[in-house]
Amino acid sequence: MIKRSGAQIIIQLLERQGIRTIAGIPGGANLPIYDALAQSNKIRHVLTRHEQGAGFIAQGMARATGNAAVCFATSGPGATNVLTAIADAKLDSVPVICITGQVPYAMIGTDAFQEVDTYGMSIPITKHNFLVRSAEELLWVIPEAFRIALSGRPGPVLIDVPKDGQTGLVEFEDWPEPGRQDPFPRFDLADLKSAAELINRSRRPILYIGGGVIQAAAGSLAVGLAEKASIPTVVTLMGLGAMPTDHPFSLGMLGMHAARYANLALEECDLLIAAGVRFDDRATGKVAEFCPNAQIIHIDIDPSELDKIKTAHVGIVGDLREVLEALLPMLKRDTRQEWLQLVCRLKLMYPQRFNGDDNPLNPYALTKSVACLLNDQAIVVTDVGQHQMRTAQAYPFRRPRHWLTSGGLGTMGFGLPAAIGAALARPECPVVCFSGDGSLLMNIQELATAVEQNVNIKIILMNNNSLGLVHQQQELFFGKRIFASDYQARVDFIKIAEGFGMKALDLNVSEDPLETLAAGLSEPGPCLIHASIDVNEMVYPMVPPGAANKIMIGGEAHV
Amino acid sequence: MSDYAFGISQRPCESNGQITLDLTVKNHPGVMSHICGLFSRRAYNVEGILCMPIGQGEHSRIWLLVDKDQRLDQMVKQVRKLPDVLDVECRMIEPELLAQLQHLLDS
Repeated sequence: MIKRSGAQIIIQLLERQGIRTIAGIPGGANLPIYDALAQSNKIRHVLTRHEQGAGFIAQGMARATGNAAVCFATSGPGATNVLTAIADAKLDSVPVICITGQVPYAMIGTDAFQEVDTYGMSIPITKHNFLVRSAEELLWVIPEAFRIALSGRPGPVLIDVPKDGQTGLVEFEDWPEPGRQDPFPRFDLADLKSAAELINRSRRPILYIGGGVIQAAAGSLAVGLAEKASIPTVVTLMGLGAMPTDHPFSLGMLGMHAARYANLALEECDLLIAAGVRFDDRATGKVAEFCPNAQIIHIDIDPSELDKIKTAHVGIVGDLREVLEALLPMLKRDTRQEWLQLVCRLKLMYPQRFNGDDNPLNPYALTKSVACLLNDQAIVVTDVGQHQMRTAQAYPFRRPRHWLTSGGLGTMGFGLPAAIGAALARPECPVVCFSGDGSLLMNIQELATAVEQNVNIKIILMNNNSLGLVHQQQELFFGKRIFASDYQARVDFIKIAEGFGMKALDLNVSEDPLETLAAGLSEPGPCLIHASIDVNEMVYPMVPPGAANKIMIGGEAHV
Repeated sequence: MSDYAFGISQRPCESNGQITLDLTVKNHPGVMSHICGLFSRRAYNVEGILCMPIGQGEHSRIWLLVDKDQRLDQMVKQVRKLPDVLDVECRMIEPELLAQLQHLLDS
């Protein structure tokens, strides 16, 4: 017989799941778990300065590897603090397991100290959640949580463990098997044939790929499909890296900040092959006018995504890798010269131009300079805002899981902790985090964690002392009434970083900013690289929120 | 696709623009929250709920009386995704039974 406490069961089951790093913060209601964790010689604990940081570190680990990652928080404020990172994981389908402490089971519902209804609050923002009622339950709940997080469309799972569930002793015969991904759903061959016929018949198809392609590790298959049947390809924000940006069939991102030619090509297409995408409003613009002349093939592992926003002519529920593997041999090789020529004309007539990229401190130029100084090994993380959209537009992505960004929830504060997580999970890769002053301030306390862990991250801080994307929307759509988006006080980020014990460089005071940038990027360990940028620099082109994608402001060729 | 489509329109289970969904679920304190939350956060009203344990009490059956609108297929797909939901069917409920229940509640 094996005899263990609930807390020991948690830690040993996590070890058996292959978990080697856990981010979190201890508190009254999860101390037994921490006591058991202290005895583990397999798991390294990363102490963050805020539970949201722990949640995003777990996300960074999970996004960079595709494996499930774990974070810990205590009850009450610990749990409420971590919820934003869990909601973020839900919207971007990231397998994070969050284990929270809870007041003893008998005290639940009494407004005990640091009690909140973590279970109730986490229902709408998790794929699934558990309130553990006894230590015994942990023996099936932990593996089940991993199975759910990893199966089908991945997502976060929260396990709320009352303190007596952690201390209670259990006797049992054998350890349960670790939770694993379920087998993929089987798809219908007839649907696949219909899809192949539609593609073979179509004259102007476009492939529209998203995060699902990354999840399924189907990037090279998607590229193979585009190449075999000569299909121009657009990528969602979450799908960047699935097809190299400089691939001849790549039209880059679609939607709100796409290149003009990408959105205009979508206007012309007669068949949209949507793979691992969810027709998000930032990608489609006004849905009724999205790809007005196109039939739709929609392939996704989540059945509820089919027909949710757009009705598909052929819908296939399945693993993208398996589906594309089966689909490829059914496709005719085709050169589609007429269509490719039209797309080529659109590229020439409506090219992607970025303002002022001759100045090294221009945000686009800076983004490209960073790309030039790094190779494809680098993992690129962003926060949320103008810098995020510029990176998505201008950075040459070539590999899946080397681009981590908060897509669905758009959480400012994502970047720094997610970059720490990526660096912990992939220590062989340099990690660069593009951030803005608004975003960085939302989880700036994690600079301490980065220094403590001595992670190899470089923060490129583009500082316009403003909430740049809000500023831009007020400028464009609210009659230039700039309100509450400019900061009055100016933060000295160099001093702040140095105060945390982090090396910091300022490109503005450098005589040779490019050389300083190169020096900063080759620093060992964490480093903050600061550049003041002009608040009036816009992200163009831009589709006004709610408008059709063909209505794009700015970024014209003649500017 | 056909495995997942609910095919509601072909079933003789609606009356007065309403439909009853028959769910078999795991019986535990959070399951009602999970199901009702799916509807409430899409601003989709549940007109009636009937829930009783079945078998040894490990499972429950839930009848949800809902208006049939164009979001129903999406709702059913979302309900199917819940790990606590074992089965979803569309059910024909005898109008007399509903009338009796209504009478009981009105009295």
